[in-house]
Amino acid sequence: MPAIAQTVKQVVARYGGDATRLMDVLIDVQDELGCLSHVTAARIADVLGIPQVDVEQTTSFYHFFAREPRGKFAVYLNDSVVAEFCGRAEVAQAFEEAAGCKFGEVSADGVVGLFHTACIGMSDQEPAALVNGQVFPKLTPEKARELVAGMRAGRTVEELKGDQYGDGQNAHPEVRALVHNHVRRRGVMVFDHYRPGEALAKVVKMSSGEVIAAVKAASVRGRGGAGFPTGMKWDFARRAAGDVKYVFCNADEGEPGTFKDRVILTERPQMVIEGMAIAAFAVGARRGVLYVRHEYLYLRAYLEHVLADLRAQGLLGTAIGGLAGFDFDVSLQFGGGAYVCGEESALIESAEGKRGEPRDRPPFPVEKGYLQKPTVVNNVETLCSAVQVLLKGPEWYNRLGTEKSKGTKVLCVSGDCDRPGIYEVEWGFSVNDILKEAGARDVQAVQVGGPSGACIGPDEFNRVLAYEDLATGGSFIVVGKHRDLLKDVVLNFARFFREESCGSCVPCRALTGMAQVVLERIVAGKGTAEDVERLRAWQKIMRNNRCGLGQTALNPIVTTIQNFRPLYAARLAPGDPRFVPSFDLAAAIRDYDAAVGKG
Amino acid sequence: MASFVRFTLDGKTCLAEEGAQLVAAAREAGVFIPTLCNYPGIPPKGACRICTVLVNGIPQTACTTKVAEDMNVATSTPELEAFRKSVVEILFAEGNHLCPSCERSGNCELQALAYRYRVTVSSFPYLFPKRDVEAWHPKLVKDHNRCIQCKRCIRGIHNAEGHAIFAFGKRGDKVVINIDPDTSKDIDDELAQRAMDICPVGAILRKGKGFDVPIGRRTYDRAPIGSEVRP
Repeated sequence: MPAIAQTVKQVVARYGGDATRLMDVLIDVQDELGCLSHVTAARIADVLGIPQVDVEQTTSFYHFFAREPRGKFAVYLNDSVVAEFCGRAEVAQAFEEAAGCKFGEVSADGVVGLFHTACIGMSDQEPAALVNGQVFPKLTPEKARELVAGMRAGRTVEELKGDQYGDGQNAHPEVRALVHNHVRRRGVMVFDHYRPGEALAKVVKMSSGEVIAAVKAASVRGRGGAGFPTGMKWDFARRAAGDVKYVFCNADEGEPGTFKDRVILTERPQMVIEGMAIAAFAVGARRGVLYVRHEYLYLRAYLEHVLADLRAQGLLGTAIGGLAGFDFDVSLQFGGGAYVCGEESALIESAEGKRGEPRDRPPFPVEKGYLQKPTVVNNVETLCSAVQVLLKGPEWYNRLGTEKSKGTKVLCVSGDCDRPGIYEVEWGFSVNDILKEAGARDVQAVQVGGPSGACIGPDEFNRVLAYEDLATGGSFIVVGKHRDLLKDVVLNFARFFREESCGSCVPCRALTGMAQVVLERIVAGKGTAEDVERLRAWQKIMRNNRCGLGQTALNPIVTTIQNFRPLYAARLAPGDPRFVPSFDLAAAIRDYDAAVGKG
Repeated sequence: MASFVRFTLDGKTCLAEEGAQLVAAAREAGVFIPTLCNYPGIPPKGACRICTVLVNGIPQTACTTKVAEDMNVATSTPELEAFRKSVVEILFAEGNHLCPSCERSGNCELQALAYRYRVTVSSFPYLFPKRDVEAWHPKLVKDHNRCIQCKRCIRGIHNAEGHAIFAFGKRGDKVVINIDPDTSKDIDDELAQRAMDICPVGAILRKGKGFDVPIGRRTYDRAPIGSEVRP
């Protein structure tokens, strides 16, 4: 296989033969060869000087790395809750009929491969699919048929896209995406007027201690969901021993219903990178890594362009802002499709070329992070907040929000409403406020903070979005009254967590799957009151998992049992509770009957 | 020079070397904390979670916790014991564990812990997964039905060059442990034996060696797990 050998050799050389760059190697090799077969994996292992099992440990972990060819056009159709709301089933059927193959297969002529995928960050324009990395939003059955016909007619992805690009920078020559931003409400933190370099110009006149003091004074907290104080994180990293330190930006938003990082990276990438440079100045780092989820690979050329531009402006590279010794540069790192990599230590593992398994803590990344060096990992939105704090001062920042939650929050509103999209609001808005602004009526429930958050009903819509009440990483999914909450929402989330568990901790690995089994039973009308209690009790076991994913994986189930109990009660099997209604006697003895010639 | 730290273990003040692994320090102090994925001499990886204890009131795996001055550890609350029993039950329902026909019976840590927690039947839904038995390797058999994915083999077994022989494949409930065809090719009997010994269950076996010690005369046939730890 000279083609494989040649490609692998070239790609590995591109990354200096460095095994910690395995993710980059895999993405590029797959891009050129179409998939990562055993033979290719063996070749990569050989050239990098590592065992083949180690290479395949990484390849097989990530959703978008394929062992088998995926067709000339690999179609990944989102199967998230919101996609289903928007008519995903009909689109999927149209794809299957047009392609002549099922999902998980490649058409006989090798042209079209159909695959399911978890939320791709397009909840405001579903149903959406990735085709060879390019986004096709707002699909309809007709559009699906048209696409497949175009593929068969020999068109390229660019030709399939056409030229009706989305708004703002989606139409930038380096992006040319059909994606829309849908920024419905511009706040003062992220979507206000911004000029690159203004904050850095102030920063270079300060000491690192002053920068951290400002961020602390503004009580900036992490916007990824956990809400850790940013200034404290920077301070830990600054004090950590070691001369090599790193600043990571976490743009691996995988929580279903979240898409703010996508919009911020499209409209305000300079601000995010400026935030990284400020963090680097504060902690003493010279290298930064912007870790972006695989689903946003279509932004790669654009982000490279932005980085080059910032270097040319003297806002990255050596002597930033004219300050000798302030050297910092940022490289891009793409993921391979794994929700758990949004957890900061899993993200670091992934950036090191490994499976994205969260680390045991302590030590925390600020002590031992990327390549065992002190590493700050900040969310995209958090870095934007930091830029504004340095620009406008902590007093300005502290005037926004509530008593305990300062600043703004970028919400991603999707589901059953007239105006899905991005809403940047001050902390302290109530759920009702948002619903009204988004044009949502007849609301049954809102999933706040995505599946790992909470599902609440109308009696709680007066609660406010704030760290002290309803904390959220941004996902805000509206569920209308006409939906079957358990089947359309909760079961979808249960399946999501089962597929996204890294598989390391016993409770998470096993109970995510077992919970799905029990929930399916309940949805099918064969569950018992005992099953419901059992699911509730499992939450306690899940609390002892290593990471946030495992600890919250049963939240969709447990919060709906808590807030929508009658929905469960209505579905329980009638009859004598001493029997097991899910037990199918006829199915259990079918083999026997067949063997003895009965039935 | 190691320095000693004072910590509290189930209300009792103890002394341990600073930075000692909590599982080992507790054992020294006469307290048994059950483990499955932990193995002396290899880096810990809090994966099975069965050694979860309360460190200053917060649940933490004892295998990944280092003893520190004034640490207050509770190892055996009713909740923790119930959790441990659950972990054992989950593992029995997750894989296919048929003790009477297993070469490892009597030497199996999972089986021994099931006895310790008086597990008669798992209260979790049995999944009866379809898993393979890999027998292509000249020296080893890998029975995936019994594997509890503890990663002891991944972390503890390397070839002469220090390269991995075992590694994870896939993720979530589909996770499997794969054997590298190349790095495992030339392993000697001694390393094969180490691989078999490092496995807490009967998932890694040396070919032809499964019954070298007859059932009835095996480790946990003689004394229950944890009974060697005495206050």
